[in-house]
Amino acid sequence: MITARVVGEVVATVKHADLSAQKLLLVQPVDPDGKRKGQPMLAVDVVDAGVGDRVLVVDEGNSAAQVLRRPRGAIRTVVVGVIDEIETSEPTA
Amino acid sequence: MGTVVCTEKVPAWKGHRLLLLAPTDSQGADQGRPFVAVDLVSAAPGQWVFYVKAREAGMALPNTDNPTDAAIIGIVDHLREEGREAPGPAPAPRPGAQA
Repeated sequence: MITARVVGEVVATVKHADLSAQKLLLVQPVDPDGKRKGQPMLAVDVVDAGVGDRVLVVDEGNSAAQVLRRPRGAIRTVVVGVIDEIETSEPTA
Repeated sequence: MGTVVCTEKVPAWKGHRLLLLAPTDSQGADQGRPFVAVDLVSAAPGQWVFYVKAREAGMALPNTDNPTDAAIIGIVDHLREEGREAPGPAPAPRPGAQA
């Protein structure tokens, strides 16, 4: 799992059947300090997250299928949690 | 950005087109090298799409026994991004990473 921040919402009428009725969010992976890490990606939202939220994301197809309770398909990235707080023993920059 | 034509191809790809994609960022600016993806949504050159990579690309096809590493799974109508309250029409074609 990775931590990310929700930075946008995507509307798509024409999409793969596996994505029908799923909310798509644009998420930017971030480190625990909130610094951007890598490229933004699209993720299916199952926790009703919104723009600005810090979230927990799985980026692996088998986990995604289990979260969605369906056979493996076209989805590999899913927002599975909204982060309230991260506590680390490392001093934050 | 373009169509790739292969007459002789993997049987699982039968009936699907191969398109050449230019990855972009959320603003539509080019980002990274173009690559070929199997089109599952009848996208057209110039459209802004999103795709899935790796094994899930293959799982997106009706016949999952295939060697696909990228598949187009949606056409972007509209992207509302943080800090950009009044979104215009989608910029240029843009694949929004994996879904």
